[in-house]
Amino acid sequence: MDNRHSYCATTSKPDDVLSFVATGNAAPLLHEIKHALSKLLDSGVEHIIDLGAIPFGPGDERILDDVLGDGEVSATLTIMGESHVRETKIPGVWRVDHLDEKGQFQSRFIEITFMPDILKTQREDAVQGLETLAGRLDTLKGNS
Amino acid sequence: MSNKAMLPELMKTHGISRRAFMKYCASLASVMALSPAMVPRIAEALENARRPSVIWLSFQECTGCTESILRSHSPTIEDLIFNAISLDYHHTLQAASGHAAEAAREQAMKENYGKYILVVDGSIPIKDPGYSCIAGISNLDMLKETAAGAAAIVSVGTCAAYGGIGHADPNPTGAVGVSEIIKDKPIINVPGCPPIPVVMTGVLAHFLTFGIPDLDELGRPKAFYGESIHDRCYRRPFYDKGMFAENFDDEGARGGWCLYKLGCKGPITKSACATIKWNNGVSFPIEAGHPCLGCTEPDFWDNGGFYKPLSVPAGDYRKAGVAAVAGGAAIGVASALMSKAKKAKAAKAHETVDAHDLEKSS
Repeated sequence: MDNRHSYCATTSKPDDVLSFVATGNAAPLLHEIKHALSKLLDSGVEHIIDLGAIPFGPGDERILDDVLGDGEVSATLTIMGESHVRETKIPGVWRVDHLDEKGQFQSRFIEITFMPDILKTQREDAVQGLETLAGRLDTLKGNS
Repeated sequence: MSNKAMLPELMKTHGISRRAFMKYCASLASVMALSPAMVPRIAEALENARRPSVIWLSFQECTGCTESILRSHSPTIEDLIFNAISLDYHHTLQAASGHAAEAAREQAMKENYGKYILVVDGSIPIKDPGYSCIAGISNLDMLKETAAGAAAIVSVGTCAAYGGIGHADPNPTGAVGVSEIIKDKPIINVPGCPPIPVVMTGVLAHFLTFGIPDLDELGRPKAFYGESIHDRCYRRPFYDKGMFAENFDDEGARGGWCLYKLGCKGPITKSACATIKWNNGVSFPIEAGHPCLGCTEPDFWDNGGFYKPLSVPAGDYRKAGVAAVAGGAAIGVASALMSKAKKAKAAKAHETVDAHDLEKSS
């Protein structure tokens, strides 16, 4: 697994030379999250932040992890590689990490929402599911 | 590779769920440096996009750009080849060779005339076109012939974009980039030596979904080349505080300080290295402790020496550079701007890089 966005959390030790290097971007990002959460509560508008677009040092990652923490919900999706969807200690703020089939990060997002879309069953998949279930019932009927 | 089926049909055939498709689109938006809010539009565009024919021509090059794109992790080149494009001609990747290979190119051009995407890596020699030929056809003739029927051209790598290393002084072959020859087609430059893998696939994906992206004055997509490495560098706070590594093994180097005085070209180099990074996002040269070489900029090879500070190569602004280091950010920015303006002058002061550069003392 690569460590583009998570080496602070997974491999960095307190004595790592660069573990304290921070760009100063963590604080503004956390304020953006705060404003987005407020907007979600006021008007229901969701917000997504692409962490891959922001220069972050290991120190920034550490601040983000410390402030947001881990919440009550954690889900692993197995779709063309794993995706990890976790609610943070701040309800309404989710971490969504997409990995490829080799376990390498494709993208990472912070979603400010009541439920990330990727967790919901997609309509097209439900349609396919209905066809599959009908087919299996026909098979069952034919066997009985 | 002739199957031009639309993406949703292909995904259904392969048993890929809609949820997986949405994940793919989310990662694609990230790679294309688009807002996550664009994901539904990307999904809609991909649903309606037909797989275009792609012809990839390699001229005076080292195959580094192809080696790089093969390592793209999101989207992978396999994703593109099997799902998004029909790669009909590519020397290194195609199974056919010799006359069969050239026949594939001619057939793809004939069947998709006016619609195919032409990707070029490598520079084109114009001093004597015979310097580089494929199947007896000069690079110059093959480019002109193939470009005539292309919908757009993507110049991959600094060689195809601006002449690159082949163009470096004294440029024995008269190497130039594609845009010096082709004037009547849209050209997207994706420079780098090589370019970041996902930038190459991201640009192709952008073209497939939304057409030609916004380009800067050098023909580069602003999404990936809109900001300097310096502006997005995690070491920037050290620059602002005037904290510089003086050698590769001193306290500053070990502490992750700014590499400006070790020759970093980040201030005049536009690229997404500092955010997208390399090796599947693990790191980039500056994070590994090496100054940026400036490889996405024209004439980077002639820009005064990789290990000399931006302020040093041309004599008349050496003083300003020293002042920048002493004076901190404000003067440093001014120096960077001046360096860029005088880059052509620096190119004329071409200096070879040798072991002594590595031993440079400040």
